[in-house]
Amino acid sequence: MWVKELTVINFKNYEEASLIFAPGVNAFTGDNGAGKTNILDALHYLSLCKSYFNPIDSQQIKQQTDFFMVQGVFEKGDQEDILACSLKRNQKKQFKKNKKDYQRLADHIGAYPLVMISPNDSVIISEGSEERRKFIDNVISQTDNRYLDDLILYNKYLQRRNSLLKQQASSKIYDDDLLSVYDEQLAQVGEQLFEKRKLFIQPFIRIFNQHYQYLTNDAEPVELNYESQLFGNSLMDLLSRAIQKDRALERTTVGIHKDDLLFSIHGMPLKKFGSQGQQKSFLIALKLAQYTFLCEKKGFKPLLLLDDIFDKLDDKRTRKLMEMVSHDDFGQIFITDTSAERVQSTFRGIDVDVRIFTVSSGKINAV
Amino acid sequence: MNFSSKLLENAVNEFSRLPGVGQKTALRLVLHLLNQQANDVMRFSDALTKLKSEICYCSVCHNISDEAICEICSAPKRDKGLICVVEDTRDVMAIENTNQFNGVYHVLGGLISPMDGVGPSDLSIESLVSRLRESEVHEVILALSATMEGDTTIFYLYKKLKDFNIQVSTIARGIAFGGELEYVDEVTLGRSIATRVPYERSIA
Repeated sequence: MWVKELTVINFKNYEEASLIFAPGVNAFTGDNGAGKTNILDALHYLSLCKSYFNPIDSQQIKQQTDFFMVQGVFEKGDQEDILACSLKRNQKKQFKKNKKDYQRLADHIGAYPLVMISPNDSVIISEGSEERRKFIDNVISQTDNRYLDDLILYNKYLQRRNSLLKQQASSKIYDDDLLSVYDEQLAQVGEQLFEKRKLFIQPFIRIFNQHYQYLTNDAEPVELNYESQLFGNSLMDLLSRAIQKDRALERTTVGIHKDDLLFSIHGMPLKKFGSQGQQKSFLIALKLAQYTFLCEKKGFKPLLLLDDIFDKLDDKRTRKLMEMVSHDDFGQIFITDTSAERVQSTFRGIDVDVRIFTVSSGKINAV
Repeated sequence: MNFSSKLLENAVNEFSRLPGVGQKTALRLVLHLLNQQANDVMRFSDALTKLKSEICYCSVCHNISDEAICEICSAPKRDKGLICVVEDTRDVMAIENTNQFNGVYHVLGGLISPMDGVGPSDLSIESLVSRLRESEVHEVILALSATMEGDTTIFYLYKKLKDFNIQVSTIARGIAFGGELEYVDEVTLGRSIATRVPYERSIA
């Protein structure tokens, strides 16, 4: 799958721009604040109906104007589709495929997949386990539409069980029968989600290791592990064993909402013992693994967006990364960087069609 | 809103406390009543006062009633061995309108919902259990909404009732009459397939 054309109107700092892309590598270069990343975000909109960076849609509209529109021509297989997303201030977001509205935006998500690698991803390492669960959930739900429904159901049961625990603590009346009703409901969906996560993580770790080793030339041993309380225990048992603790803390302390991904380097936590460059390499391998996983599941190549990729990586790893993504396994690629020369020199000697665009204060020109 | 009369303002405020009624609708209703004959308005207000002061809740099924025991519970033709558990009076009326049910009811008065602070003790569950203990009941039908709260309540009731030697059933969920398959949502259709029933002549 690849994007042929992109048109944006009043999107972030662009008044109007029309771009024709190459099927290989497309690079956007320019100074800070020129709007390089905004182009990537426009593509993100068309793929996932929302911004990668900012959850508030109305803030994507260029100031002093009252609507934005993003339109792209996507080619998948032999078929060409026109996707358009537009938003008027104080109105509902409109999303159209070939000029027809979607009934449910959820039907669109996953149909034109994309993987974005950006400096913002560092939250996956630095923040709490929620970010890492979000990452897993995001990847699985793009390939399994039942997964998201089950996850929402699980969270609803969890919310109800927690408010029951709070209520019982304040009223001092403990109704074990009602709690066990929630336990059983929670355990049933929880076990299903755990099985799906397990099923996903095995091939995912394998792909991740391949990518990391290639990217870094086996420079350091890293490990990615899935941690869950449900390994070796059924959720029903865990819940009944944790009942005293749950009552004291007034919330559910066991379940798949406590799952985590463990990142380690030389056998030690990556967050504390990895350098910035190593963390970045880890994240890139993680995202590329997401790419390969999606590609295997979908049977076609998603888009790959690399935002400010040369930041923090040494030349060797940058070159490796570029060789890797220019390889046949990856489809169309979008890159942003501040220097056009650096992009050109990085791709010198790599046999791929590179189109460079210069961006300055909301204007784009193909070089 | 600025009112020319304190009495008018009071009346409007009382009306606007009703569900689904705002200030403007309340004003319209109040002005309409003001234009009516005095005895019409009296009849209206009497009906409301009497409603609150004289209404009873059936001591057996907790349905709204004029007597201590409601018409359905006291009717000799009704099968007392078949109890249909529902959320509130509206559900009793809905099932009565089908003319398909000849048993008696049990009105819970709500559904278990910890988020809204409603627990089992706020519902008439104990009286259902004692009803089963004291009289000869052969089947309990749980006719509750197909929502998360409804499911939780059904599950809870099932746990309470399963030790009695009584058949516990729930109403069927599935495709509506006149509904076309392609427009049915996936969850409902999936459940309908999973809980399909043997074909009988009497199905439609």
